[in-house]
Amino acid sequence: MPYFARRTLTLLSSIVAIVTFNFLLFHIIPGDPIRLIARSQHLTADEIAKLHHEYGLDGSLFSQYLTYVKNLLHGDLGFSFTYQEPVIDIVKRTVGNTVLLLTTSTLIVVIAGILIGVFAGSRHGKRSDSSTVIAALVAWSLPTFWVGMLLVFTFGVWIGGLPISGITTPHAIYDNIFQKWQDIGMHLILPTLTLAIVDIAFFVIISRTSLIEVMSEDYMLTARGKGLTRRTIVWGHGFRNALLPVLTASVLYISALVGGAIQVEVVYSWPGMGLLTYNSVLSRDYPVLEACFLITAVAVLVANFATDLLYHKLDPRVGVQR
Amino acid sequence: MSDSTTTHPTGMVKQLWRLGLGRAGIIILIAVAFSAIVGPFIFPFDPAAVGADASSILQAPGNGHILGTDELGRDVFSQLLTGARISLFVGVMATVISTIIGASLGIFSGYFQGPLDTVLMSVTDFFLVVPALPLMIAMGAIFGQNLSIIILVIGFLSWPRTARIVRSQTLSLRERQYIPRAKSLGAKNMRILRINILPHVMPLIIANTILVVAGCILSEATLSFIGLGDPDRISWGSMLHFSFVSGAIGRGAWWYFLPPGIGILFVVLGFTLVGQALEQITNPRLAADV
Repeated sequence: MPYFARRTLTLLSSIVAIVTFNFLLFHIIPGDPIRLIARSQHLTADEIAKLHHEYGLDGSLFSQYLTYVKNLLHGDLGFSFTYQEPVIDIVKRTVGNTVLLLTTSTLIVVIAGILIGVFAGSRHGKRSDSSTVIAALVAWSLPTFWVGMLLVFTFGVWIGGLPISGITTPHAIYDNIFQKWQDIGMHLILPTLTLAIVDIAFFVIISRTSLIEVMSEDYMLTARGKGLTRRTIVWGHGFRNALLPVLTASVLYISALVGGAIQVEVVYSWPGMGLLTYNSVLSRDYPVLEACFLITAVAVLVANFATDLLYHKLDPRVGVQR
Repeated sequence: MSDSTTTHPTGMVKQLWRLGLGRAGIIILIAVAFSAIVGPFIFPFDPAAVGADASSILQAPGNGHILGTDELGRDVFSQLLTGARISLFVGVMATVISTIIGASLGIFSGYFQGPLDTVLMSVTDFFLVVPALPLMIAMGAIFGQNLSIIILVIGFLSWPRTARIVRSQTLSLRERQYIPRAKSLGAKNMRILRINILPHVMPLIIANTILVVAGCILSEATLSFIGLGDPDRISWGSMLHFSFVSGAIGRGAWWYFLPPGIGILFVVLGFTLVGQALEQITNPRLAADV
């Protein structure tokens, strides 16, 4: 089977698995899910029966599952009792903000991380290399939310100067769209910086190791023998070859990134899926929590899929049946 | 690869001590363990005792409170010491669960191969890519907030990397000549696993375990920060949760939100340094040499 077809099949089966897993997880909630969903102990028997029917909870587990999948395919993610509106509408409002935050920080993290890592690796064994490694290990040991708290304190209370909450200034009136984007940009600085401080470390360590390994290859000796300068060797030959292993490792990073984003959104009240998850935990709004988890998981699976395809395109040896 | 399997436990500690960062990690961990075990006896402030009046709330360090008080007038320093115990306990217990699952899946998968391997590794790859924190949050919110559930949730979601690493080591061990020989002499699979495989993957499992502890402690802190911690126990994560929701940052109460974070940083860094150094000793090609 060609690689693309095989990989698509894996993706689809993973999605089916996560949908099923999600269904089971939220249907084995201790106690009657309806009481939890409605968050009321004062329902009459009639109301409970009606809600059971509405949520497709009145049949066997399997028929409930079928209803669940059918609703999903129609874009029906349930109804939120805290927001009093369909979950899908809440998601539509928030998902874009998370995408904006993740795209900005991923770009910065990947580019800065790889550049620093390759630089450190090219100075392997020197002082600047070992101090970079130590800094990266310290950064990787930091809890993301705590870094956020420190930056909120520094730039919101102590020195001041940067917005520490939300995505725009409340009640702001903009003359033009440019001003609005400028405002959003200002609000993006600290959340992005928080994710960057912790996550850059990941790419520094991976790309450094990868470069050191590449530099010990035979063709590097050849390049040196040709009399090329060190700069050309590192950035012209080493850099490119070091990128492939970094791409493989970034699969693990995608999952960590999502975790970091939830924490950052909580600390900065960034109105995205992470803050939505947090609020739905606090209010025990299970339909929202369920949807948040499902969407996040499927997004991560799809991102992995895309990374694998890109990797395969860059290095066709990958994915050959072992 | 061959010398990795002959590493003796005491030899491992000696080698670890010789590596600069490994030594730093050991010192950090001993210091934290010491203050977690002995600290609460030396410093007998009740961490749960609330202040008598409004003036005791969010007090700056002084008046016998080395690190001031929190939003209920409780002593921050004694909370910090008690919190160390919970953070370490959850981290270690979750790692035990995770290592048992990961190591046995990895060994069985690598040794028996075939359809069992395919099934087990599909499950592993699934859990490897499913975002761990959102899943932990969902499970934490569903199953409730107490210590054993938090340990179970973290433990059950932290094993995939261990399984992958142990499997590949088992695969390479299986190719060694003495395995077919032992088999031809009539040794049972379980006996081969116990005598020829397990001792040789053990150093790798230990190195990996130490790194997993770091991850589990971070997971506990994050879950507690989100508000899914055990309400009856003080951990570093729950201290940060309460300092965050009580507005300690806005009121500049640095003594409340700095120490627990520094605690987490030190413990996680300690385990990371030791784990990295051990990985370097047991599997020199894999690890980033520091």
